[in-house]
This record gives sequence, C-alpha cells and structure tokens, in this order.
Amino acid sequence: MNTLDVLIGDSPVFDGLAPAYLELVAGCARTTGFEAGEYLFREGDRADTFYLVRHGRVGIETMVAGRGALTVETVDAGGVVGWSWLFRPFRWHFDARAVDPVRAIAFDGACLRGKCDQDHTLGYELLNRFSPVLLERLQATQLQLIDVYGGAA
Amino acid sequence: MAALPEPGAMTPRPFRLERKRRETHDTWTLALAPLQGDRLDVAPGQFTMLYAFGVGEVPISVSGPPLLQTIRAVGPVTQALCAARPGTILGVRGPFGTSWPVEEAKGRDLLIVAGGVGLPPVRPALYHALDHRADYGRVILLYGARTPEDIVFRRELERWRSRMDLEVDVTVDAAAEGWRGKVGVVTTLIPRAALDPGATAAFVVGPEIMMRFTARALADQGLAPERIWLSMERTMKCGVGLCGHCQFGPSLVCRDGAVYPYPAIEAYLGVREL
Repeated sequence: MNTLDVLIGDSPVFDGLAPAYLELVAGCARTTGFEAGEYLFREGDRADTFYLVRHGRVGIETMVAGRGALTVETVDAGGVVGWSWLFRPFRWHFDARAVDPVRAIAFDGACLRGKCDQDHTLGYELLNRFSPVLLERLQATQLQLIDVYGGAA
Repeated sequence: MAALPEPGAMTPRPFRLERKRRETHDTWTLALAPLQGDRLDVAPGQFTMLYAFGVGEVPISVSGPPLLQTIRAVGPVTQALCAARPGTILGVRGPFGTSWPVEEAKGRDLLIVAGGVGLPPVRPALYHALDHRADYGRVILLYGARTPEDIVFRRELERWRSRMDLEVDVTVDAAAEGWRGKVGVVTTLIPRAALDPGATAAFVVGPEIMMRFTARALADQGLAPERIWLSMERTMKCGVGLCGHCQFGPSLVCRDGAVYPYPAIEAYLGVREL
C-alpha cells in the first residue's frame, strides 16, 4: 500500500476497509491543505469533493442575516467534512472554512460514485461507513434544535 | 428509607452575601457566610434551599466551599438572588440531598460530563479529585454550553486546561465568528475522549435531556450503568422529602437525589408523564 492508502485506512471512517477497496478509494484521493480562514467549499457550489481532516479544525458555517457567519459544527482530525457528494443534487448546503491551518485528504466524489456504480459492494461498504456519520450528525442537530440549555439548568 | 429531617430543617438560617461574581450575562456566583454559628458542612453535589426574603425560595447546588452558589436568573426568585447586593441577608436551609460518590470512584478514571450551568454542581467533585489526585486515574472534564458567551467558570476552565493531570474538552452548540473552539453537542466529545470503559466512573450533570443522551452514549461506549451517576433537577419545595413536589417515579429528588446512580432512574428518564 502507498502512503495515501495507509493514511486513509488509519481514519475512523475507512478503518478496516479491505486493501483492494482502499486502493480504489485512494485512486480518487489527493492530499491538500488550507490556510486558516480559507474555504473548503461554499454553500450552493457543486459538491464534487469531500475531505478527511488530518490536522486542524474545520468549521461548518451558514450565513444568518444580521448575525454574520454562524458555526453550527466543527470537524477535527479524523473527521469527514461533507456528504452532499453522495446524494443528488450534489450541492453543498453549508460553507466549510478552515478554523486553523488544515491538512486534509480530498476525495473526488464523482470518481468515487463512478466506482460505486461499477462495484455495488464498494458502494454498500461506503454507505455503511457514511451512514453512521450521517446519523450522528442528524442526532446532534436534533439536540441543537431542541436548544437543551435554553431552559432551566 | 431515609431518616426524618431535623426539626430545624424547615427554618432558614440568615447568611450574608459577602461578594458576587458575574459568570455570564445571566449567571452569577454568590459567596455566602453565616451571620452566626458554624459554616455549613457540604458534600460535593449537595444543594441548599436559598431564600430571597419576600420573594421566594429555590434549590441551588453548592458550587464551592465554604458556600458558593452559582445561579442562573430564569425566574423571579433567581433574578432577585442574582440582583442582590453584597451585604444582603439571604436565608439558607440545608445542605440537602445525596452527593457525588467520590469515594466509590477512587481507583478509577473519573469522567465528568457537564452541560450549561450543570458545571457548578459538579465543580466541588472535580476539586475533590484534584485535591486527591493520586486516588484517581485519568480525570476528564467534558463541558458543553449553548454559546461561547454562556460558558461558566471560563477563567477556571482555562486554568484547568493548562494542567497536565486534567483533560478538559469544551464545545458549544453554536458560535458566531471569532470562536476558535469546538462546535457540536457535548455527546460528540465522548468518542474522542478515548475512554477505558471498564476503568471509568462518570458523573453527568446538565439539562435532563442532555443527561439522558449522555448516559446512553456512555453506555454505548461500554461503561457499566452502575458506574454512571446523574444529578437530577426537579422543582423542589421543602427540600426534606415532605411535600412531594419533586417526586420522580418512586423517589423524591430532594431526599433520594439529586445525585442518582443511572440504573435507579434510567427507566423513568423517558416517561413523558414524569
């Protein structure tokens, strides 16, 4: 395995993925970096790429009129930024901005979707790995919506 | 069954507000001293009934010795308490309730998960662990607040973060520009704490729904339910188990809580009628 395969295989989301599939996934990946304050992607842009954070922190933001950019979530090392690449219409719904200098692995979503179309077992593997991330984020969002600290205590 | 309260348990003792410190826009810490007699002997996690004369009485957890009480102004009584000036005489009954099992947690890693103004009630337990540091393995504090502006004990959190023998992680539910810390609910900090489930005791305090989700997340990590303790918040009136206002399932929070082992209340946490 090359260095990229190892880096990807060491991440929580791809942990335990078969070497042959790691190689396929790594074929759609490249290393990248962002300065603090730089955007990984902007709301409304086409969601062609997602990121595995290796170092630093990424803020998921949305603009609120009169309040500026509101951070609704941060993603640290080991976390995945973005899942809109998985689902039509493949558009980002939030901004993602580097809070600190960020090193990441960027994945070409279209490339991965193509490989998943050709090999449904790979597609099933990836969905199994991204679904818990989606579920965790959905549950976290529900708790945020409840505003648990808004009342007593 | 617990012993009946002492005859004087319903009589407030006069305490003077010595000083106060603003924690956030709506939360203050009051330092109180008795006008006469001994200081209160308070175990970590206990609460008092704090009386703003002419306004009313509320249960407030003790946030530090000899008698620090941290109060969020959410209603007429807490607003009156937060607005009180140094020198004001307040009434104090107690201390009441159960305490954090700091002795039972000895020899284990101690995980504290606090949300919002849940940090003050568990602060004495944290200080106990730091004062008896050799008795515990890792000591970990995970703290969640609504926004950066709602973080209580901010200066202490910064001090605690600089300690080599205490692991502190803080998150907020939402943040405006300028916040460089984590954003996300407090339960998202749990997997990153890399707990040793078999060696960890957890103290959890905050809004009930936050505790419910946190206790479940800890159990999902493999913590034994009997090594998870929660501090319940209910409307307490008498403080001594007589009036029944704070009934929670078969127990009275003021007498049998506020600190409960998770298995004792797990079945009641999701009951809508309670």
